[in-house]
Amino acid sequence: MLKTFHGGVHPNDMKASTADKAIVELDPPKELVFPVTQHIGAPAVPCVNVGDRVYMGQKIADAGGYVSACIHSSVSGTVKAIEKRMNPNGLFVDSIVIENDGLDEIDPDIQGHGDFKKLSAKEIIEIIKAAGLVGLGGATFPVHVKLSPPPEAKIDYVIVNAAECEPYLTSDYRTMLEVPDDIINGLKVIMHIFGLKTGYIGIEDNKPEAVKIMTEAAAKQKDVQIQVITLKTKYPQGGEKQLINAITGRKVGPGQLPWQVGAIVSNADTCRSIYRAVRSGMPLLTRIVTTGGDCVKSPGNFRVRIGTPLGYIIEQTGGLTDEPGKVVMGGPMMGLAVPNLDVPMVKGTSGLLVFNKKSARGFEEGPCLRCAKCVYVCPMNLLPNKLDSAARADDWDTLEKLNITDCIECGSCAYVCPAKRRQVQQIKVAKVKMREAQQKAK
Amino acid sequence: MNNLLVVSHSPHISGRESIRSIMRDVVIALIPSLIAGILVFGYRAGVVTVLSVLACVFFEWAWEKLLRKKSTIGDLSAVVTGMLLAFNLPVTIPLWIVVIGALFSIVIVKQFFGGLGHNFMNPALAGRAFLLASWSLAMTTWVAPGMSVPFWNTADVVTSATPLAAYADGGNLPSYLNLFLGYTGGCIGETSALAILIGAAYLLCRKVIKLRVPVIYIATVALGAWIFGGKDGFFTGDALYQIMAGGLMLGAFFMATDYTTTPYTPKGQVIFALGCGIITVLIRFWGGYPEGCSYSILLMNVATPLIDKLTQPKRYGETRTAKREAKVKAKKEEREKADKRKNADKISAEKRNKKNVGSVKKNRR
Repeated sequence: MLKTFHGGVHPNDMKASTADKAIVELDPPKELVFPVTQHIGAPAVPCVNVGDRVYMGQKIADAGGYVSACIHSSVSGTVKAIEKRMNPNGLFVDSIVIENDGLDEIDPDIQGHGDFKKLSAKEIIEIIKAAGLVGLGGATFPVHVKLSPPPEAKIDYVIVNAAECEPYLTSDYRTMLEVPDDIINGLKVIMHIFGLKTGYIGIEDNKPEAVKIMTEAAAKQKDVQIQVITLKTKYPQGGEKQLINAITGRKVGPGQLPWQVGAIVSNADTCRSIYRAVRSGMPLLTRIVTTGGDCVKSPGNFRVRIGTPLGYIIEQTGGLTDEPGKVVMGGPMMGLAVPNLDVPMVKGTSGLLVFNKKSARGFEEGPCLRCAKCVYVCPMNLLPNKLDSAARADDWDTLEKLNITDCIECGSCAYVCPAKRRQVQQIKVAKVKMREAQQKAK
Repeated sequence: MNNLLVVSHSPHISGRESIRSIMRDVVIALIPSLIAGILVFGYRAGVVTVLSVLACVFFEWAWEKLLRKKSTIGDLSAVVTGMLLAFNLPVTIPLWIVVIGALFSIVIVKQFFGGLGHNFMNPALAGRAFLLASWSLAMTTWVAPGMSVPFWNTADVVTSATPLAAYADGGNLPSYLNLFLGYTGGCIGETSALAILIGAAYLLCRKVIKLRVPVIYIATVALGAWIFGGKDGFFTGDALYQIMAGGLMLGAFFMATDYTTTPYTPKGQVIFALGCGIITVLIRFWGGYPEGCSYSILLMNVATPLIDKLTQPKRYGETRTAKREAKVKAKKEEREKADKRKNADKISAEKRNKKNVGSVKKNRR
């Protein structure tokens, strides 16, 4: 029996069109935009001025607090403006605009840190913090915060999340095939921080090639033991709580964080970036983006500089076959629909999907049949049908009783709903409204 | 304006199933029973079914037209109700009664409560119960299979007993094979266990229904019939006969699995199925009717909101101690809230008094 969790759905994985496409480096555009909110937590604070010359890898914005991350320029050039620009979520936020001089002059201050085994946990976390690393799976939680649980935490599971359960996306898959050792070394850095000798890598069974390569790479390790665990292909297998449950059998309870059950989970690309930051001192400047969708001419995997406008990525990779109806940043189950193609890609952009007008139209909502399919698939044991109706009625008390805060917004309920109701949207809006109401009450 | 992108919330993809596809699957699954009904009882069975479907669709359309609502006949739910209603009628039923049954099912049971997804009882079963209470003779005029039924003057036919009535009164019992194939007296769609099982297998393949409710329901009735159904004391009942006779198969696979009127929690569905089984056994062996299937489902339909309330799923990852702590905390908060409210009431009452005093003073001046 393959390991998995309770609930979930089986969308068509759509990975075939990009799974065999090797990662291609994409040249940076003339102008890059770096919004100060690319992560969960406080916005970063710009630390350069208009007209400044910046190196590639130079810090251009400081972390705005403990739960925050700094931002680095991914090219060398001049700061053209610091102004409000549209963020992928449609809001106008302070953004640093840099004009690329095409030289890619690397910041001379950047240097490697040598063997990570000689560094203390504290030093490594400082390096990670300085590199502006965030969770690259899409949640963009600052990595240094995740890796510094309170002293009472007893971590015994360090897990690499390579499930990649979102349809279309193959960026983690390609990373595993092309640089398996970097991922394993990143995992070893995290294991070193917690003084562990065993680590785990969770991969869904629809990627047998990746399982094979990672198992081979893990077998080469002499000093530590790394187990590659094959998981059942089911969405949301890559959800943090679902992955921990599948691998450790433990459940992250309401209001708990993974360290409270002794687990730390890190995405495959994040591990690779951790290793790179420690080895060469290179901050987070690029990430791998999978392009896809029924409108993209030649889908593939691309290493793109952070700050590149989405439209530029599409232009450079073959363009579109049809007029775009919807552009999604991330996977189709949890990704964000962006308002236009001028917004920049940010640290959390794992995919860029373009759908034509016909698939973008969506469905009309019907009445809830009480068919309970959403109840069967909810990985968090919630009642999405009741949450949906209570959210529409702004019934805060009922929503609280139904444990609305447990919802991980995976979208399984809305995916499976025969009446095409938008439960996740209602739940998310209700969460925001409830928070506002609570703040007002205070 | 043409270049605007759609910005909607995730998920951006959706499963293949829709309300219409589910209803279409149910209609397809009911067709074997319709064919069996026509083969056993003659072409009039088909006429009754078609009339019932047409009447249901018409009343749904007319009611929504009257209320200026968007027509929902396209979702095919009225077709399903029409078929199920017809399947619960004897072939000799006068045609005007069919139309009244459709009116009751669609307008009173379904649309009065808000239409699809909001009815609290299975519309077809409620329609049947209403007709049985109103025209009980016409609703219990059974003919033997294969007999020709006159189109209009159906009251004059030679009647025969249903298998369940025969079992209760000690009449001639049909063979198991005839029961299985449906060559017995009874309602149009309920007699052939074989046809119903073919339809149910289709629904299971299409994942429209789950086996949980039908299996528990039928097993409960079988167990109850074996223990209490015999003439020679306990544990002598004929369980196989009891589950194939009457409306149990049709009810278990097509009505106890109705989405809207049954619980949505898996635990609740078990309770629902057990309840249906127990009530059916009670009615069949101790009640006045030989058949208890439809009433058992209707009664459990009414209990569904209560069952749902009592079977809320366990919170993900919540341990017992955490649950207890949360309960204590919630109680404490509630108490604090109540105290605050009391205080607020007190303060406002004082203010009011002060104001009143002030205004009185003003008046005096």
